[in-house]
Amino acid sequence: MSTLTSLARAVAVAAGTAQRTCTVRHVHVGARPLVFVPLALAGEAGAPLAAMAGADPQAPTLLVVAEPRDRDQRFAFAADLAAVVLRYVEGYLAAEEDTPGREQATRYADAPQLLVPNPAGIAFTRLLGRSTRFRRTEGPYAVPASVPLLGRWLTFFAERAESPASSLMLAATDMLAAHWATGQSPVEDLNLGALLGWIDPPPGMSGAQAAAMAEDPVRCPPAGPATDPTFDNEVLDQRMLAVRTARLAGDGRAYERARAALAEALATQLRPTWALMWRAVALLRGLPGGEHVRARWDADKDAFTWHARHVAAGGPPQPRRDGAVAAARRLAGLERVQEMVAAQRAFDDPLVMAEHRLAGEAFAGTVTAAEPDRVDRGGPRAVLRPRITVETGDEPRADRGATFTSPARPGQQARIVAVTAAGGRTRIVLELRGGMGRSLTPQPGSVPAVGESVSYAAFGDGYQPAPAFPAPEDTPWTHGGPPAPYVPSDEEAREDWS
Amino acid sequence: MTRTAAELAEQATSRILADLGRARRGVVVDSPPGAGKSTLVVRAAAGLAAAGEAVMVAAQTNEQVDDLTDRLAAASPALAVGRLAASDYAPPARVTRHRQVRLSTQLAGLAGCPVVLSTAHKWATVRAGETWPWAIIDEAYQMRSDLLLRVAGLFGRALFVGDPGQLDPFSVVQTERWTGLSWDPMQSAVAVLLRHNPDLPVHALPVSWRLPAAAAPVVAEAFYPFTGFRAATGPGERRVSFRTASFGRNAVDRAVETAAAHGWALYELPGRHAVRTDAEAVAACAALAARVVQRGALSHSERSPAGAPVTAGRVAVGTAHRDQVQAVRAALAADGVHGVTVDTANRLQGREFDIVVVLHPLSGRRDATAFHLEAGRLCVLVTRHRHACIVVARAGIPELLDAQPSAEPVHLNVPVRFPDGWEAHQAMMAHLSQWKVRAP
Repeated sequence: MSTLTSLARAVAVAAGTAQRTCTVRHVHVGARPLVFVPLALAGEAGAPLAAMAGADPQAPTLLVVAEPRDRDQRFAFAADLAAVVLRYVEGYLAAEEDTPGREQATRYADAPQLLVPNPAGIAFTRLLGRSTRFRRTEGPYAVPASVPLLGRWLTFFAERAESPASSLMLAATDMLAAHWATGQSPVEDLNLGALLGWIDPPPGMSGAQAAAMAEDPVRCPPAGPATDPTFDNEVLDQRMLAVRTARLAGDGRAYERARAALAEALATQLRPTWALMWRAVALLRGLPGGEHVRARWDADKDAFTWHARHVAAGGPPQPRRDGAVAAARRLAGLERVQEMVAAQRAFDDPLVMAEHRLAGEAFAGTVTAAEPDRVDRGGPRAVLRPRITVETGDEPRADRGATFTSPARPGQQARIVAVTAAGGRTRIVLELRGGMGRSLTPQPGSVPAVGESVSYAAFGDGYQPAPAFPAPEDTPWTHGGPPAPYVPSDEEAREDWS
Repeated sequence: MTRTAAELAEQATSRILADLGRARRGVVVDSPPGAGKSTLVVRAAAGLAAAGEAVMVAAQTNEQVDDLTDRLAAASPALAVGRLAASDYAPPARVTRHRQVRLSTQLAGLAGCPVVLSTAHKWATVRAGETWPWAIIDEAYQMRSDLLLRVAGLFGRALFVGDPGQLDPFSVVQTERWTGLSWDPMQSAVAVLLRHNPDLPVHALPVSWRLPAAAAPVVAEAFYPFTGFRAATGPGERRVSFRTASFGRNAVDRAVETAAAHGWALYELPGRHAVRTDAEAVAACAALAARVVQRGALSHSERSPAGAPVTAGRVAVGTAHRDQVQAVRAALAADGVHGVTVDTANRLQGREFDIVVVLHPLSGRRDATAFHLEAGRLCVLVTRHRHACIVVARAGIPELLDAQPSAEPVHLNVPVRFPDGWEAHQAMMAHLSQWKVRAP
């Protein structure tokens, strides 16, 4: 936890309400996100119990599994969920747009967005995707064709959720906690009701009071996938038993009645979270979007387009686990994206930049001197190398020769030439290169002028080329050699725990 | 003692070099701190080159590559040595003084050099054309397995050398996606290599030239419980004396003198929960380092029996976090002491000093996280010294360890790592408590 976040949490305790740690929104919130609130049966890994899903706050679809231990009913649930999710995804497979910078390439004009209450919801989605995407549509335990397709899409969303740059699948508690600091611990922030209580307490109540109220599981049932144990013991157990008894007795009317009673009981557990989810969406929509959010969403649209076309072309489902090359490649991608997002957040948001300034990784100040026309003739040809002097009250870890970047001029590199202390303040001389046009006189505005307020950071969001990896069939002996070629089989659907 | 340390080390080296000739795929050499790893690399490279095999050498940083280049060129003056480097690399004097070393940014510019050295990252950008019959991978335990994946296509057989007790490589990405896979890209190169090639011969170097006789058995027991090693020097061969007497005898002087006499000292501050940049602990680290320099310490060893002055450059302060480094540096500068190295465990890896002051990773903490418990971190910090090590800690670390047994999740299909950080910390604290000096 950074110094500034610690301070914001302390202020939140004192003020009784959550404090903003960002001035802008750093995630994309779509016009029509699909909210998905799953519940799982306690003690059964990945057994769905119920779910509420839909893109319309007024008309959620309630799905219930009367007997989660029965695998036929589990996959009937998956087929019902597929009807909701696939119809929603197909809504984005119509309008296309040109991909900027790539000739004759098009992508879908918008992408679907899946929102779940918390990180455990993402983990459950991943498990549900894994348990359905290898199902066969013929032979023993055949399922409708929509079930494996649902599995592939859920897996796609859950895998994108691993990337900090992606907004295709997000957990509400993550989004809110990234923008507000509450007066409770990060573990308590995983409770959606308590977190929203701090951020947006009901009138006449402090954030702490609202959060304490949300801890009552009767008033505010857990946001899933785990259910409240008292509810399990006192309500769920009886109603599931009633359904089972009626089924075994062959009493059709009693069975329907018992099923309806079970569905109603589960709906009472889901409805409060459903309402909280849309409150979270509304709160986030109220923040202005950061500048780089759109570019990151464009990358999400590319990923969505790639996967949709891969599925349409009959490509295979995502493998159960990554091979040696795929794992290394994915890790390299995640590391680059993480650095890029951290820099973009700081460049978009002065409050995030302030954290880096406190940590000595950035500084802000005023330009006190400038030589915009300075030309370096020491090399084989003359080059434009203007110098500016910035006076700052920050204490950056600025070593001579280090390269800094300014959010205002991201294409320009600033190398530190000299650092001198001046009466409690620091004077830093920077030599600039790039982003000033081709001639030996800089384009107007490309060199900061005397009196201008500037900030510089020790990181940039510049493009880095992807490292080269061998092809999977060239996996070296150190990593087990080339893997056996992939042949889909019935065995794949079998899990050690199923 | 039937055999001298030198004989023991020579025998181990010859066995490794002989094994290279028989190896089908490669050889792994585990090296405890200061056990002559670079000497082995230089001898192996020169030996293979003399036998007519081209060798590529990969280390992890430019600093390490420069050291190896210098030592190889000095050991084999007739050998043409290639140094492959990025375009923004400026060769230091210890490389440019050898006329046989050729520099290039492209492999094509080094044709005819039987030995080419570079960083693993630079090697990863070389396109696999013809493969090298041999590679030597230095600091292989600090290399991540995904980097090995990128360079492994370049060579047929390889010698992997490294210190298994030091810090594992890390990633800024937190994910358990690959946990349990034999090719987990977050693991060290050697871990992945050995899981896929369990029949590779693994040797261990038996003698530490750096650690004094007072330190080697303690470190071997805590961090190298299965292989062990011994010190090259016997008890009493390494001594520290002072050219000045202390003025009065406060706790700092007593800690410095305890360390000089026994090789270890634990400077114990009163127990208290503190922030990471604990002002008292930081001040104590700076005061101890400054005191060593101010007292005019002399180190007596096999290199200089008459005593060599312990200058500021031979003293280091090691911490767990970067903000602690900043705080100690500021405190030393305020005392007017310059030239003492202050850095984190990660950056002190591979370096050597006469006297090292360590800010204990668990000092003043309320919890013992996996980061602070990591055996490699403590191992790096307490194995940088040739003469003495002074550990600064708040009281209560054994109690903290007892209150927080390690609660890390156990994953299927992940080999259990030894030594366990919790156990290593307990072993070190049990030993250090003998040399405790209580601060007021």
